[in-house]
Amino acid sequence: MPESSSLVLKGGRIIDAAGERTGDVVVVDGRVTAVGADLTADRVLDATGCIVAPGLVDVHSHLREPGMEEAETVETGARGAALGGYTAILAMPNTTPAIDSAAVVRQVLDLGRTAPCDVFTSGAITVGRAGEQLAPMAEMAALGVTLFTDDGAGVQDNGLMRRAMEYAQGLGVSLAQHCEDDALCGGGHMHEGEWSARLGLPGQPAEAEELMVMRDIALARLTGCRIHFQHMSTARSVAMIRDAIAAGLPVTAEATPHHFTLTHAACATYDPVFKVNPPLRTAEDVVAVKAGLADGTIAIIATDHAPHTAETKELPFDQAPPGMLGLETALALALTELDLPVQQVLAALSWNPAAAIGIAKTHGRPVAEGEPANLCVIDPEVTWTVDGATMASRSTNTPFQGRELRGRVRHTLLFGEPVVIAGEPQR
Amino acid sequence: MTAHRHLLDIADLGGRAGIDEVMRLTDSFVEVSERPIPRVPALRGKTLAWLFYEDSTRTRLSFETAAKRLSADTMNFSVSSSSVKKGESLRDTAKTIEAMGIDAIVVRHASAGAPHRIARWVDASVVNAGDGWHEHPTQALLDCYTIRQHRGDLAGQRIAIVGDIKHSRVARSDVWAFTAMGAEVVLVAPPTLLPPSLDGWPVKVSHRIDEVLPTVDVVYLLRMQRERMTEALVPSLREYTATFGLTNQRVELLRDDAMVMHPGPMNRGVEIAAEVADLPRSVILDQVRNGVAVRMAVLYLLLGAGTDRVPEVPPPTPEPLAPTLELPRA
Amino acid sequence: MAERERRQAPPYGGVFAPRTRVMDSDDVQRAVWRMAHEIIEANQGIDDVVLVGLQTGGLPIADALASALASIGGHEVLVGSIDVAFYRDDIGLRPVLPEAVTHIPWPLDGRTVVLCDDVLFTGRTIRAALNALSDYGRPRAVQLAVMIDRGHRELPIRPDFVGKNLPTRRDEVVDVHSDGVDLGEMIR
Repeated sequence: MPESSSLVLKGGRIIDAAGERTGDVVVVDGRVTAVGADLTADRVLDATGCIVAPGLVDVHSHLREPGMEEAETVETGARGAALGGYTAILAMPNTTPAIDSAAVVRQVLDLGRTAPCDVFTSGAITVGRAGEQLAPMAEMAALGVTLFTDDGAGVQDNGLMRRAMEYAQGLGVSLAQHCEDDALCGGGHMHEGEWSARLGLPGQPAEAEELMVMRDIALARLTGCRIHFQHMSTARSVAMIRDAIAAGLPVTAEATPHHFTLTHAACATYDPVFKVNPPLRTAEDVVAVKAGLADGTIAIIATDHAPHTAETKELPFDQAPPGMLGLETALALALTELDLPVQQVLAALSWNPAAAIGIAKTHGRPVAEGEPANLCVIDPEVTWTVDGATMASRSTNTPFQGRELRGRVRHTLLFGEPVVIAGEPQR
Repeated sequence: MTAHRHLLDIADLGGRAGIDEVMRLTDSFVEVSERPIPRVPALRGKTLAWLFYEDSTRTRLSFETAAKRLSADTMNFSVSSSSVKKGESLRDTAKTIEAMGIDAIVVRHASAGAPHRIARWVDASVVNAGDGWHEHPTQALLDCYTIRQHRGDLAGQRIAIVGDIKHSRVARSDVWAFTAMGAEVVLVAPPTLLPPSLDGWPVKVSHRIDEVLPTVDVVYLLRMQRERMTEALVPSLREYTATFGLTNQRVELLRDDAMVMHPGPMNRGVEIAAEVADLPRSVILDQVRNGVAVRMAVLYLLLGAGTDRVPEVPPPTPEPLAPTLELPRA
Repeated sequence: MAERERRQAPPYGGVFAPRTRVMDSDDVQRAVWRMAHEIIEANQGIDDVVLVGLQTGGLPIADALASALASIGGHEVLVGSIDVAFYRDDIGLRPVLPEAVTHIPWPLDGRTVVLCDDVLFTGRTIRAALNALSDYGRPRAVQLAVMIDRGHRELPIRPDFVGKNLPTRRDEVVDVHSDGVDLGEMIR
């Protein structure tokens, strides 16, 4: 057991849910012990010119373990997360086998125990994510799973979704939905619109997402169960959620950085790095997603980090799997692309998602004495160029390759341990 | 004259000027094809590879003949689905071909964009011989040539394209090529066979073939594939023929000088009546014939530089001009 | 002119600036007449002689010679044209586009072909023309008639009938046109 030593984050300005203030932050034994001016400690991490914030929380990451370790493992995903300022991530259940039982939940949590990020996992709503039979949510909940989703696919059967919501409500857990109506999608590989028409690629219309958003809002009204909408991408989806929230329904939503930055025009080169589900949409949709983040309709930014091996992304567009990396670029994109106060951006990246998955007692905490030291130090001014090859992920499929971004994480503390120092992972 | 590296889309030719260049070159290659020895050494020493993921004897033979008449060497990597592992990286295949010393790869693939991806990975020139629903540029060029051959300049002509536009790479290339040449294009199809959006397409649309036929100079028929029946796009082939087929009765609606075209292979009795296909106004065989000369023109344009040497004559250094009158000094 | 293709090929391109009129139109006409007589003499008549002008500078020469031969000899001579774009190998960076279509609508076997061009320079165009002709048949003989021989041969090619021998520098340019022949250079 190492001796207690202290660490100070020196010279930064703190931004958390309570507000903004300058101050040094001292951390001992996994907790913040002092916040104030001119503090000292055994070890100094320079935070001059930086923002000191609660660590980010991603409620939507594909860690690919078990089953697809060539693309990513829990460890490499967590390392990328830590580099991106995340102290907690939620794994999605579309692994092989799916995370639809206590045994697989246990396996993922075990893999996460030594990871440089606090790894949580979601569970599938249906067995094998096949959409036919409810998965044993109670046994997974007993291991701490608080959110269930068939992500990668949406639950197609209306009756089954209703039962799932009622059951979940009894357990006190949340359901999240990847909204994609299979029949309307019709094998589409990008957004159905003027670009898909010109490029000669089958597309999926916005309505394929919206139909399921509409359905789940109706079911939330019917059952009273909380529903969280994953990766919202269309203007009408955002509008429906806005109305549902205004009507007092228990509805929350997230959006990804690629959905507030890129449009379907990016597919013009046929590079499958731009292929994703839900697909990149129109410029008007991007505007609406940003507006939803601005007015709080969408309270959470999630990455939908989806690593894929180079071989699979080197297939023709229609054969390549959908998905993009996201953990190391989310913060910079949120700071650069959204014209919002930093505190609001951090809320969407940190304490809002923490609350959504029930980890608000340890993550997204105010930077104050006694609180667990899950923190990130962000240099908001530094510019850097995105290079998939140098990322911690096993894969390199970032759609932002070569793009210059502003804002980067300098240090990340996980329960007081510096897992990232000066942009370098420590383990 | 612009230099071309690839022909992936009609747009790569740079509009009317580029297409005209191909048309004029094709005239020369038609003449070559009619000589006693139909061959020129223009691409001697160059090697072309055929990478056909989709079976197409017709198109491949047309390219093959074109290459041989230009004295080029050819290598065939055409793959039936059994010899290429599903999921083999397209990049690996392209790089392997290039490693064998290839100047150009002619690609046909069921996936839109496959030639574009290959063009990113290899130094060789890439010719798109048909990619999914997206484009088939050499088909559109031979269509332009055939129209020009029979009816002169395309500018101002009215061309109807009839059939499954949504899934047709021929239709897309034709739309861009015909409109670039100044023709007016009308798409005739039921809504289920049109692309989801025609924003930015310089075309008119009609769902009523009988209204359109009397007004056009050319009617271009697309193949109605039997496979489409499983997708609920039209209720039945019979209904399609009744509403959009160029039947013996419908062909009477055309003006006397109007032409009938089809990219082949035809479904006689579906989109075109058997007898209509054989009428003098059907120039379908001319399309096939012109295909070789057009492809010679394309291959020559992409590969026909002698070498990358700088020509022997050094840049002219102008002699100082005759001495000018000196101004009187003060 | 022999430099025509070079003018079109980058990095050249420019405008011809004439400096001296080497032959005026009367000089050219006299040369044509003399060459026509020489052709008749060399071939003991023009019974199996056909003229083939190289696109495009050789066409006016071929037409002028054909007129002269018709006047002197009393009957028409067949005139064709040939574009050697596809047979060139020395242009470099870009494909050479034919300026016009080749037109040789009669058999060449057993005939004497007189190739006609305006300027003979390195000889590469003529060599390309010889290759092209061989794809049309097997003439009994091929002879070469040029208005100007400006020297600087790079291949063992020699003209049979010459309008004028004109020593030039390599970087000079010779332009044969309807009013005569000019010597000058390209101005970029």
